[in-house]
This record gives sequence, structure tokens and C-alpha cells, in this order.
Amino acid sequence: MNGLDLHHRLEKNIGLLIFGILFVTSIGGLVQVLPSLYQKSLITPGVNTHVYEPLQLVGRDIYIREGCNTCHSQQIRPLVAEVERYGSYSRADEFVYDRPFLWGSKRTGPDLHRIGGKYSDDWHRLHLINPRDVVPRSIMPSYPWLEKRQANNDDDIVAKLSGLQRLGHPYTQDDINNAPAALEGKSEMDALIAYLQVLGTAYPEGDLSWLIYYSQEICL
Amino acid sequence: MVDPAKILSVEIYSDRIVTTLVMFSIFWAIVGMLAGVYVAAELVWPALNFDNPWISFGRLRTFHTNVVVFGFAVSALMGTAYYSVQRTCHVRLFAPNLAWFTCWAWQIAILLGGLSLLAGFNTSKEYAELEWPFDIAITIVWVCFGIVFFGTIAKRRIREIYISNWFYGALIIVIAMLHIVNNLALPVTLTKSYSLYAGAQDAIVQWWYGHNAVGFLLTGGFLGMMYYFLPKQAERPIWSYRLSIVAFWAFAYSYIWAGPHHLHFNAIPEWVQNLGVVMSLILLAPSWASMVNGIMTVSTAWEKLRTDPALKFIVLALAFYGLATFEGPMMAIKSVNVISHFTDWTIGHVHSGALGWNALITFGTFYFLVPRLVGAKLYSVRLANIHFWMALMGTILYVVAMWGAGVSQGVLWLSLDEIGELRYSFTDIMAAMNPYYLLRFVAGLIFLLGALLMGFNFSMTIIGRRTIAVRPPLVTEALA
Repeated sequence: MNGLDLHHRLEKNIGLLIFGILFVTSIGGLVQVLPSLYQKSLITPGVNTHVYEPLQLVGRDIYIREGCNTCHSQQIRPLVAEVERYGSYSRADEFVYDRPFLWGSKRTGPDLHRIGGKYSDDWHRLHLINPRDVVPRSIMPSYPWLEKRQANNDDDIVAKLSGLQRLGHPYTQDDINNAPAALEGKSEMDALIAYLQVLGTAYPEGDLSWLIYYSQEICL
Repeated sequence: MVDPAKILSVEIYSDRIVTTLVMFSIFWAIVGMLAGVYVAAELVWPALNFDNPWISFGRLRTFHTNVVVFGFAVSALMGTAYYSVQRTCHVRLFAPNLAWFTCWAWQIAILLGGLSLLAGFNTSKEYAELEWPFDIAITIVWVCFGIVFFGTIAKRRIREIYISNWFYGALIIVIAMLHIVNNLALPVTLTKSYSLYAGAQDAIVQWWYGHNAVGFLLTGGFLGMMYYFLPKQAERPIWSYRLSIVAFWAFAYSYIWAGPHHLHFNAIPEWVQNLGVVMSLILLAPSWASMVNGIMTVSTAWEKLRTDPALKFIVLALAFYGLATFEGPMMAIKSVNVISHFTDWTIGHVHSGALGWNALITFGTFYFLVPRLVGAKLYSVRLANIHFWMALMGTILYVVAMWGAGVSQGVLWLSLDEIGELRYSFTDIMAAMNPYYLLRFVAGLIFLLGALLMGFNFSMTIIGRRTIAVRPPLVTEALA
């Protein structure tokens, strides 16, 4: 039976056709996506990569809720101009506790991967309440409601941390038990700023300890 | 005198569901485009955010993409799939009640899902933003869609399965696969879940999904529409049936690989990116094969373009399809992508596909369908022609504005002076985008007004009428 005969059967047999479609569309995923899911280096944290503290985690979920990722990327490409503008380029081992990833696909505003530590908490507070107070030509929306809501508004921090623990994030039972207390008296604004301030700090500028760590790894 | 009982027992096509889906599709088109025009205005006049979380850019933009893709496009695909699968199989829909369930359940999912996005329940994964309860609901409806569609094919009276059904079939199968794998997550509350994948792995899985949701829904699904409605409207058979089959398999095989071009120079393995480049370039061939096939089908019927607005829409859509499927592989080349990535060029590319290809071919198909469904002439051909020119103008202005903005951003962001320092601040570059964003807003508004004209035209056509009953033709032994 040659290929054309086989195809003539396929044109008349819906079961074969469904199987054929599944078969040809699976190959790409199996060859290209599946190996990445088994690549250890993509899920091994860097020396300075830590799980998010409860307040930072709440802030990250607010970042997602407000859709900050629609305008801000968190991915600095290894290009001279980008490294000059934003800081050291992004490495895979910095994102192993990011569920989901927030690299983004559009920079209507600047990249935020290395925003941590660049501005004071007060600057962020003013900027989030009304961006035009500190950046006159900004087109970013204002987020005044973040100040009015409590960080533990939905009382779900224990459920969130337990969920992440089940997914393999190294939270201890103490971390989880103490989480509600850590959010006590904090607003959503505090949480979002706490998240922004920790962003990209796994590879601090000027700190080359990670480099020494890796060169030792290589020597060994 | 014919016995009424006999008339009732005669099989007729399930067309009322098609009319319903077409109307929902137009409704979502107008809602989704309105949201799009509004977010475009927010980028020009940020005061329009009104410090209100529900219409704040980050949430409303997500609402816009979801309503347009899943409300407008999927309702159109579902309706046209139900229409064409019956006609190419010469049978009534399999399980019509289940089909009605898919229709209504889908609309409710889009309504509640859209509201949930405005409320801030959002996974952040592009085109998969809906939270886990909606993911499960969508999966159930989608499986039922598949049962109705493939069930209809299974009881067909024509031996050969026509090519449009292959594309619609691939849409159903592949979207199910992508949707389930990409949305695997651990729910922690009713409105919040954490992805099963983290960081770079999550990125790779997401863009395998994201790229192919575009591929099999907005490209493949609409090619199914093209392969049925273009020959119908042109009253010509497909130019080369063999080419359509070769194009189908090549398309289905190669599209899946192209996702990583969304992650060039990002923190994922380089071989994955490079494979994405190669397969994106290969993808140009099957993409254009279907365009050539469509254009050649009309090539002996050009005179119809003068008088037939439906055919005009479909043929213009093919031209934009050709443009977008050429632009895509070009943008997948790393040295081009270094400029285009993260810029408005991406937005322009998406809209040359979404407005120029998806919306235009859908409008053309609806101009074909609506009068036939209710058995009446279109209320106004003149209005349809005006709509055509508004749609064309809106699309071109939109794409040109975004090309201007995108290329400017890409080049200026990377621009260094003699001593290697950055030449422009980010804010300077962003502020310079204002005229482009204004033009984009105007373009979107023109496109939306055109769609409103179409809505009015169809309302006047449909009003006071019901979907007419159509019987499948008798099939000769040779075909059965």
C-alpha cells in the first residue's frame, strides 16, 4: 500500500483522521517542550534565589491581579543596551519560584526585572498612587485602592503557602503558621512594594559572589 | 395534501443554532472591540482609567483579548463549523441538544469569565488568563463541541470528508490538548491557582500554548471557514484540492514548533529558540499554500468582486492573511526579533491578523450566511460596501500606526551614542509614542463603527424573520 492509498483511507475514516491530527501535532511538543520539562538547570535555584516571603507573595499576586505584566516585562535580554538600561541580564535560575512566570511580551512601560532596590519605598508609594506626581509624562494608571485594602484581605495566605509547599517550594510549617501575623497591619500597597523591592535581587549589581560560587563549581 | 406528520419527520439542518451563534459572535465582536478602543484611549489619556480597578488598563486589556478571541472568534468558528459540517456531510447535526448546550454554556462562560477578569481573577498567562473553574468549564464545553462535530461527520452520507472539516477538526483537537496541558495548576482558593510549571519551564509551555492557540484557532480554524465559504461565495471549486491537503498536514506539523520565537534572547535554552526560528520560517510555505489556493479559486471570478461585498471581505482577508503569515516568520528571525520584541510591532502584527484576517473573513462569511439563514435579501448592500471600506481603512491605519510605534521603540531603546551610553531615556521614547497611540485609537474606532454598521444591517435583515428550514439534498449512490 503506498502513501496515496493510505491517504485515501484517511479521507474517508474520521477515526484515522483524528489519530493522524493528534500524531502530527504531538511531535513538536514532544521533541521541543518535553525535554525542557526534564532539564534540571531550569528548576535549580541560584545561590541567592529565595522563595517569596508572605508579604512579597501577596504583592506578586496583586501584580498579577492588576495585570501589571500586560505593560511591564521582567526579562532583560543579554544585549548591551538592555544591560545598561535595566541591569544584569535575566537568568533562568532566578525564576524557579515564579508560578506563573511573569516575563511578559510587551514593554509599554520599562522592564521591571531589576527594579528591586533602585527606588525607595516612598517613591513607589507616590508613584503607585499617582504616577504623574513623580513621572510627569507617564501614561500608567493610578492604583489608589491598594492603600485601602488589607494585605490579608481574603485570608488566603495559609492556603497559598501550603499550595506552593506542595508544589515543592521550601516553606517550613513555621513559615506557614506565622504568615498571617506577618501580614498584620500591612496594606496591599505595602505588599506590592515589598514584591517590587525584591525583584531581581538574586544577582545584585556589583556583587560578584555568585560568580565566585559558579567558578568554584566549575573548578570542582 | 401532504401529511403534516410526514413533514415533521423530514430531516432538516439544525440552522437555528447557527443563527444564534452568529448573533452572539457579532455581540462579542462589538463588546470586545469597544473594550479595545477604550484601552487604546487610556494609553492616550490615562485619566480615562478613572482610578477604577474594573476598567483599569491591566484588567480591561485582558478582557479585550479574551472577549475578542473566545467570544467573537470562537462563537463564529462554532457557528460556521456547525453550518458547514452539515452541508459537507449532508446530515443534520449529531445530538442537536448537546449542540445547544455548547452554544449557551459557551456564552455564559464568556460572560462570567469576562467579568471575572475585570474583577481581577487572572492567571496572567496570555490567552489563558481565566482561572481554574473557567478552565474546567471550557474543557467540558469543548469536549461536547468535539462530540457534536465529529459525531456529525461519523453519520455523514458523503463518503469523503471535505477539507474544511479537517481544519475545524484540528482546531477542536489541538486546542483541547494545548488548553489542558498549559492550564495544569494547583487551585488554592476558588479564584486562585498556581501553575504546575515554574519560571523558564512555565514560559516554554505557555508559548507552546500561546503561539498555537493563535495557530490552530485564529489561523487553522479560520482556514476551515475559508475552505468552505470562499468556494461557496465565489461559486468555484477549490483550485487545487491536493494542495489544500498537503498544506493541511504541513501546517499541522510545523506550526507546533514555532512557539519559542516568543522567547528569543530570554532565559530558555538556546537550541529551543533556534529550532523555533527554523520552524517558523518553514511555516511560511504551508501558510502561503492555503492563501494561493484561495486566491486562485477566485481567479476566474474576479468580476464578482465588483458587486459582492461578502466576497470582497473574504478575498481582502486572504491578502491580510498572506501579509501576517509573511510578517510572522520574519519577526521570528532573531536579528529582526531583537528590534521587534516587547514593542508595539507585536501588537501591529497581531492586529493585521486579528482585524485583517480573522475579523474580515468572519464579516464576509456572515454577509454570506445571514441572508441565507433567514431566507431574505441583505437589508442594504450599500451599507455593507461602506463597512468594507471602513474595515479596510481601520485595519491599515492600525497596522501602520503600530509599525511606526514598534520600529521606533525597537530602534530607540537599543540606540547607543559614540561612547556607548544610552542615547534616549525610556520616558522620552514612551512619550514620543503619543501620536501613534492616537492614530491607533482612531483606527480602532473606525473599525468598530464599521462593525456597528454591520450589526445594524443584520438586525434589519433578520427582524421579523425566522431561520428557514433547509433539507439535506438527496445523495446519489456514487458519493454515499
